[in-house]
Amino acid sequence: MLPTAVGAALAGRRRRVLLSSVSSDSHTWNLVFLQLLLEEMGHDVTNLGACVPDEMLVQECAALRPDLVVISTVNGHGHADGKRLIGKVRARPETRHTPVVIGGKLGITGGTQATASHELVMAGFDAVFQDDADPAALGRFLDTLEPAPNTREPGQDVLERGPDVLEPGPDVLEPAS
Amino acid sequence: MSAARGSFVGLSEVRRSAGLLVQPRMGFSGPEQMRRGLAATRRARAATVGTLTLDSYTRVKDYASVERALAEDTGLNGYPIVTHGVETTREVLEGIRGPGFPVQIRHGSALPDDIFTTLVAAGLDATEGGPVSYCLPYSRVPLAVATDAWARCCEQFARLRDDRGIEPHLESFGGCMMGQMCPPSLLIAITLLEGLFFHQHGLRSVSLSFAQGTHPRQDDEAIAVLRSLAAELLPRDTDWHIVVYTYMGKYPRTPEGARHLLRGAAELAVRGGAARLIVKTPVESRRIPTIEENVEALEFAGAAAAAVEGAPAPPVQDTGIAAEARLLVDAVLDLDADVGKALVAAFAKGYLDVPYCLHADNRGRSRGYIDEAGRLRWASVGAMPIRGVTGSREREHPVGSAELLTALSYVERTHDRLALHGGDPRTPGAHHELDAGTTASDLRQT
Repeated sequence: MLPTAVGAALAGRRRRVLLSSVSSDSHTWNLVFLQLLLEEMGHDVTNLGACVPDEMLVQECAALRPDLVVISTVNGHGHADGKRLIGKVRARPETRHTPVVIGGKLGITGGTQATASHELVMAGFDAVFQDDADPAALGRFLDTLEPAPNTREPGQDVLERGPDVLEPGPDVLEPAS
Repeated sequence: MSAARGSFVGLSEVRRSAGLLVQPRMGFSGPEQMRRGLAATRRARAATVGTLTLDSYTRVKDYASVERALAEDTGLNGYPIVTHGVETTREVLEGIRGPGFPVQIRHGSALPDDIFTTLVAAGLDATEGGPVSYCLPYSRVPLAVATDAWARCCEQFARLRDDRGIEPHLESFGGCMMGQMCPPSLLIAITLLEGLFFHQHGLRSVSLSFAQGTHPRQDDEAIAVLRSLAAELLPRDTDWHIVVYTYMGKYPRTPEGARHLLRGAAELAVRGGAARLIVKTPVESRRIPTIEENVEALEFAGAAAAAVEGAPAPPVQDTGIAAEARLLVDAVLDLDADVGKALVAAFAKGYLDVPYCLHADNRGRSRGYIDEAGRLRWASVGAMPIRGVTGSREREHPVGSAELLTALSYVERTHDRLALHGGDPRTPGAHHELDAGTTASDLRQT
């Protein structure tokens, strides 16, 4: 799931993280929290804030060359906005292989939506984190974001996927050093 | 006050005879469902006001995405008024909106010109927002650009008076913006300043908002301050009322906890003499609520308000909210005779600085926190001219992610625990426990 994916992408050294919402989402508490959390872990965070147009995200991503892009959205348009956005990210050479994960409340109906997660991974996300309104999710996020350095078994896929995310995305996450 | 009619004019008098006006945040993509929702709101056993909440694509003028979602039937998180257009919207309202049932457009757009044009053409006369409150938390639009856009929209909206003899109404969202971590004085200052901005651009019927916070006694004080400053600062030709919002942050997960919070909001509105209450449903944190869930929440809130109507209100404390709010308002108004320019300058100087707001035109140096008693306090005031007013020094340490997370779920947690510990929200005892402001310390020991 996302926490492991993020942790794996970030573990070991100071990383540059590009944090953003999607174009139609005006919520920011999720972004404020994630920025504080990532900074406390010692990473450099560029927070693009609310209602980020697709083109702006792609441009910032191409310019900053972050180690990881975290898309956090909670307004219920995440599936549609995320699919459109990742297509544009993957279409540009500089950002084709940048690790990008998406999380939050992605649909308007609540609950987990396995098919929709699968579609997002197929569209190019490296991992999808569905928030089915369990408030402990952010707590678990916090707990698992920084995995202990030696907990991975040799040969284990760096990017652990939840059962609702069946297909591997682009094989781009470097093993933690 | 103008003699022109308008569906929101004189709601204070309506409230006195009909009881607290309760209003949902309802919005659906489809015209048929939207119409059913309005009809159900009107039929609800409470004094109701109707709402058309717009979707978030319309808010950012991304009409292509609206079209796509409608074509693919994927569902929007509100009613896309610009895309559906004037005729369809008239049909949605036909026979439902009318005397005794006003309808307000709620949107969240920093550049609302298309929305204003459409709602006026569709025969509507009430909406909400503001140059600050719909720009800073919700958009990337520069504050000066949003302020110009809102000024033009206000002036266009105000022409309803001369063109059609209708007095339009505009509500400031300023008392709600990121309110779950913002001490009340800044919310009061922003909603007052937006009210003055509306008046300066021709509007004569406005409402000022305040969102239920983390502590009932602090909320009582805040609404009293808002009322007294509004009476003093709004020009005498202004028709105005106060609207209270049910807590805007993370909502309790238990039905009992959610009802407890909603009951608290209704009682706060009655104690504070508000005319209207914006109601939230227990499911809102997880998904868009159904029509039935909206109606249930409206009826519950209406009944909760009626139950305490006329009850003696406890004396309101003075913890310094009035002094802070006045300092903020005065500092802004001193910057320029044009309220819009004054607001833009105030944010540039950091005289106004919304905690945790990521907008590029917000300084971002202020921080709020929830103290041991459950009150919202300043951890840092940044450059705002209110240092030390509330009698306590700013904190030495910053608010970290763990504290922020805990604070953001404070209301959810305390109300859920009250519910789980046998605090039936319908019993006066449980209610009293929260009202007394002892919840936080009591619950921490359990």
